[in-house]
Amino acid sequence: MRFFRSHAALLFLLPALAGILIFIIYPIAYSFHISFFDWDMISGKKTFVGFGRYEHLLGDPKFIQVIVNTVVYMFSMVAVTVALALFLAAWLNKSSLVHNLAQTAIFTPHIVSTISVVLLWMWVMNPDIGLLNYVMEKMGVDRLLALFGIKKMMWLESRTTALFSFIVIGVWKTLGYNTLVLLAGMQSIPGQIYEGAALDKASSLRKFYKITVPLLSPSLFFLLIVNVTSSFQTFESVNVISKGGPLNSTNMMVHWIYQTGFEFYRISDSSVGSVLLLLIIGLATYSNFRLLSNKVHYQ
Amino acid sequence: MNNHKFALARRGLEMLGLMALACVFVFPFFWIVSTSFKTLMETARYPPSLLPENFNPINYAAAFASNNFPRAGLNSLFIVLAILVLQMAVILPASYALAFKKSRLEKPLFALILIGLMVPDQVTFLPVYLLFSKLKLINTYVPLIVPFAASAFGIFMVTQSFRQIPKDVIEAAKLDKSSSLKTIWKILLPSIRPTIICFALFSCITHWNDYFWPFAMTNQESLRTLPMAVAKLSSVDSVKQWHVIMAGNTMLILPLLLVYLPCSKWIKRAFAYNGVK
Repeated sequence: MRFFRSHAALLFLLPALAGILIFIIYPIAYSFHISFFDWDMISGKKTFVGFGRYEHLLGDPKFIQVIVNTVVYMFSMVAVTVALALFLAAWLNKSSLVHNLAQTAIFTPHIVSTISVVLLWMWVMNPDIGLLNYVMEKMGVDRLLALFGIKKMMWLESRTTALFSFIVIGVWKTLGYNTLVLLAGMQSIPGQIYEGAALDKASSLRKFYKITVPLLSPSLFFLLIVNVTSSFQTFESVNVISKGGPLNSTNMMVHWIYQTGFEFYRISDSSVGSVLLLLIIGLATYSNFRLLSNKVHYQ
Repeated sequence: MNNHKFALARRGLEMLGLMALACVFVFPFFWIVSTSFKTLMETARYPPSLLPENFNPINYAAAFASNNFPRAGLNSLFIVLAILVLQMAVILPASYALAFKKSRLEKPLFALILIGLMVPDQVTFLPVYLLFSKLKLINTYVPLIVPFAASAFGIFMVTQSFRQIPKDVIEAAKLDKSSSLKTIWKILLPSIRPTIICFALFSCITHWNDYFWPFAMTNQESLRTLPMAVAKLSSVDSVKQWHVIMAGNTMLILPLLLVYLPCSKWIKRAFAYNGVK
């Protein structure tokens, strides 16, 4: 009993500690380890090659394209989503029934599985019988596109638009979440601050830039980090829609890691991918912290 | 008077805008359900019809009969609940110790938790798979459940809310000489109930929807989860059976919407508001 009293804290912490060590820390260490070996799955032989696999992969234009796709997708997702969310949050920051309904509506895609969303958009973006091209035709957008020589939008089928279409799907899914986080941030700004500005007869646009945005910076900063991490994790859309095609134009890191490890049995290369992904996420997060944390105002 | 009219027009315009906005996010869900009752012929028609000509519930039977669908649904339900129970068993004691007990493990564990918050599943799955396959546990439920027990996010959330309980509440309980177990049960747990509900909702929804992890960890049909069974509907034929796919999709989404609509306030809080505090 005495032993239990004095070591209770330890006992309480142990399962959590074990879980994190086994399922997060060990895998990271293992990936690092394996990434320095050439592991032939057929003979089971491991040979130490140092940075050999890294050099090989980083010299492979196909792999470079995967990295470029991932980074382009990430940048577009972050920029478009946060900008739109800021606009929507400013608009929806009132409490009427209709505003609340709109908030609930735009948040719905976030709680639904990515698989559902991906299947839905594959159907909606079907070039021949899909809803999206029909709506665009009804709104006259197709005539606008015809001016640029585009007869029919081949959303997911064409190499030039496939990644763009992935971004549209991604934004549709995450916009509600981003808006809600910003709304929560806006609602915690004390009203007196705006009253002071009202006395100064500041315009509402000015109030938005001079008061709302700076005071929202913790939420904006949080969203930046979350969006960077989550957009690097895109798997479902690639796996279900395109398998990385057409011509590798939509393949992204996580799908590549999965494919390389589980379909082509190149465990070492897959581990190199995991390590690089981790480094990219770490670097993005770190530079966000370095560049922006002194610009974030905490009340 | 003119001013009044102007304000009214502006209000009307705003309502219209809000409705259009809501449509962009709600109409696609309506479209899923509408498609799920059409015939294959009707799905291929252009221009598309808003509502199905005849309601064909047979698509649901077709989806249900394919890919071991009922089994996948039960698997999903079982996995979600098992994860939740296990998470509670790991998270509550750990967070309690982190918040109230001094221990040498506190600082290292908190550092590990912060790392855990940053590292996505997609970086760890391969070594975890190899580990489980060495233990001959692939194609059991273990790899689908156990890795989520020590949720870094859960420990973080629950620890923070334990720490926010006012000190005098705990002191008062100590003065009453109630045993520490009684204090935990009668005072500490009830005061963090909102956090626990939020985390439970978050966990259930996340794992109900999860595709990547079960996809990577199983290669047997009997262990597939619902999102996998639904995704499989689209990969079978060269001519996509959109009506059947959307019937499956409806069955995947419906349980979520049934929970979301009455508890939207809680769920919004579980997902979005926790990020801010």
